[in-house]
Amino acid sequence: MKIGRVGMATALGACLAFGAVAADTPKSGGVLTYMIPADAPPSLDGHRETTFATVHATAPFYSVLIRINPLNPNSPSDFVCDLCTEMPTPTDGGKTWTFTIRDGVKWHDGSILTAQDVAASWQRLAHPPKGILSAREAYFTMIESVAAPDDRTVVIKLKYATGAFLPALADPFAYIYKKDILERDPHWYERNVMGSGPFRFVELQTGQSVKGQRNPDYYHKGQPYLDGFVAIFAAAQALRIDAIRADRAATEFRGMPPSSRDQLVKELGDRITVQTNPWNCVNLLTPNHKRKPFDDVRVRRALALAIDQWKGAAALSKIANVRTVGGVVFPGSPLAATQAELHEMIGFWPDVEKSRAEAKRLLKEAGAEGLKFELLNRNIDQPYKYIATWAIDEWSKIGLQVTQRVLPTGPFFDALRSSNFDVTVEFNCQGLVNPLLDIAKFLPKTAYPENFGNYEDDKAIALYEAALQEPDPAKQREKVRAFEIHSLVTEAHAIMTPWWERILPARSYMKGWKIGPSHYVNQDLATIWIDK
Amino acid sequence: MSTTVPTMGLPAAVDASLALRPTVWMRCLRFVRREPLGTFGLALVIVMAVTGSMAELIAPYNPTANDFSAMTEAPSWAHLLGTDQFGRDLLSRLIYGARTAMIVGLSSALVGGVIGLVLGVGSAYFGGLIDLVMQRIFDIVMAFPLIILALAVVSIFGTGVQNVIIAITIPLIPRCARVVRSSALAIREIPYVDAARACGFSHSRIILRHMVPNVMAPFLIMITASVGQAVLAEASLSYLGLGVQEPVPAWGLMLQGGAEEYASTAPWIAIFPGLAIMLSVLGVNLFGDAMRDTLDPKMRNR
Repeated sequence: MKIGRVGMATALGACLAFGAVAADTPKSGGVLTYMIPADAPPSLDGHRETTFATVHATAPFYSVLIRINPLNPNSPSDFVCDLCTEMPTPTDGGKTWTFTIRDGVKWHDGSILTAQDVAASWQRLAHPPKGILSAREAYFTMIESVAAPDDRTVVIKLKYATGAFLPALADPFAYIYKKDILERDPHWYERNVMGSGPFRFVELQTGQSVKGQRNPDYYHKGQPYLDGFVAIFAAAQALRIDAIRADRAATEFRGMPPSSRDQLVKELGDRITVQTNPWNCVNLLTPNHKRKPFDDVRVRRALALAIDQWKGAAALSKIANVRTVGGVVFPGSPLAATQAELHEMIGFWPDVEKSRAEAKRLLKEAGAEGLKFELLNRNIDQPYKYIATWAIDEWSKIGLQVTQRVLPTGPFFDALRSSNFDVTVEFNCQGLVNPLLDIAKFLPKTAYPENFGNYEDDKAIALYEAALQEPDPAKQREKVRAFEIHSLVTEAHAIMTPWWERILPARSYMKGWKIGPSHYVNQDLATIWIDK
Repeated sequence: MSTTVPTMGLPAAVDASLALRPTVWMRCLRFVRREPLGTFGLALVIVMAVTGSMAELIAPYNPTANDFSAMTEAPSWAHLLGTDQFGRDLLSRLIYGARTAMIVGLSSALVGGVIGLVLGVGSAYFGGLIDLVMQRIFDIVMAFPLIILALAVVSIFGTGVQNVIIAITIPLIPRCARVVRSSALAIREIPYVDAARACGFSHSRIILRHMVPNVMAPFLIMITASVGQAVLAEASLSYLGLGVQEPVPAWGLMLQGGAEEYASTAPWIAIFPGLAIMLSVLGVNLFGDAMRDTLDPKMRNR
């Protein structure tokens, strides 16, 4: 009966969502209230951060150069212009891309946005000055230069032609910042907001809420439909569910576990609409290679071998927003390892008893039997705390004694960046499904600033670059697999956990928004409207 | 230099009255008869202490072991109080949770109480500027509600059992010190303290041997009250995610996360830890009230 209701609600949700996009005429007006499942963003600078807590709070205030089609967010290649006038055709053998910037786009302070602003923002993203963190700098390694020959033209020159460029350019965190402000204070955007997006910034109460109001000068005609929005920070899941149940909020844009969906569908019936999608997001268990004994690959392999991925995924999918066992590549992608290939890798063996026996042997050999350590975790229920509780129990089965340290989002990132942990639950969540870029997370910090394993690995970089530049799909897959085996088996840099499943219940009056495989994409709220 | 006190033979009447002094058992029986609620509270405290200290012998399952074949099972013969979302036996987690509550509650109350006792008696004994400064510091600390101050301390020191004990101990110190000081102020004026001074006894000897034993009644009452407060504070901190962390069994932690998520579909996950917190705090408070009635001469004669 429950499954039937959920199925009906999902089908109804899909119909409603499709209907909203395809047939209904958007109505203007109303204020959307939604929840952000975090206590507070570590900073407001999208270039610097990798968390939804930042993008859900700030994306409505900013423009980007190009983006994935907001009405087709599941496509990995349907790119559309945001600030540019049309998607360009590259020249110079695919190495030169010339973008024409819309005329008359205004910053929220009333001044005119020019190509210089776009170029300065992209220069900062691809080649950040010293002391500035560009979290996804590794995605932009193909960019040689960014220039603005006049006020409406941006020319991006690449070192080599690659299919990874457009997905990188559509990064939802790649906000366009004002050049004058960046020159005056490169850190200004960490604590302040000033963009050209569909909503103007009203106020941010740290740990409480962020508010925005409609930008009447927005350049996409007729949008945004909402008069404004209020985003409420609430790390506790029960609080968010209560808010949606009581109609204090329409939704959240991250994802909920199956139990919450079932509860809301049972209580609200057709007043709730559910959208689901595989999620390009996964938790990693990353040992700090700088701390003993995690500098020993035998210990890292033992940590991987202790975990029963297959049984864990099946069980956790009932209580947490995770579902699929996979390697470094988003499951379902042509580049992803098949189940048979996974079965050959340590940490994915089908015989868990054999796996744990090998783990104990490795620990004994490394002199780390009965190892005690602390698992750093983020103060987010789903699925971080569920993953940690599961992993700690799995590790106990090979005699490890693990305690957990849970920190709010800001201090959690501080601990990651300052390497103040033994092993951490972290994540690899990406804006678009682009495996070649997504797996850059497994590169060492020198190549990918937001890798927290603290290791150097020239071979991993070489394998990655070979895969990135390989034009033949079959050979590219081989090279990605070689990179995967090197990262997860040979070096055991990180331990995979089940990939996530995105489940989003929303009040049925919220229309014009479609779920995608990323909770970073489609967050400027420009297409959302309220049908009450 | 030593002081000799002349011995005197006790009159026969006094000797007879000493012979009639009630034994410990007689006193216990009298306590049970006069304080039925306090006895009930004491029974709850004893149950909590015994289950907590003998958890390994009593608990039917490993409290941290996941069992994915028994997720969110309702109470049954296999799992008397049901299981949580990870299939962990709730009864076993409650039993081990009693240990966490006792460790945190007793440690915080005892450490906070003893420090408060020393500071309170010392403050009353020395008086003057020392007393003034200490009381103003206590005023500042007591201006914050216990849980708020504990939250602040945890945010500085971090989570974990040890830090939770520190976090709860700090706010308990001035509360105990304030109560003890008021009794010690009266004792300070009694001639035997002047006599001790006149005999040249050291400050520490006067405080520890002559004043502290005479403020034990309010001190013990404060300790019992503090245990209840500490158990509640530990549960609150854990519930807020700032106390002990998974997979350590703790009652407040059991109320967080899964209990909220499954409140409508598996209510036992929330009900039993909530009951455990309620009964333990009730028990400690009832016993504390009875202790006050018994030890306070004014209350005793009512």
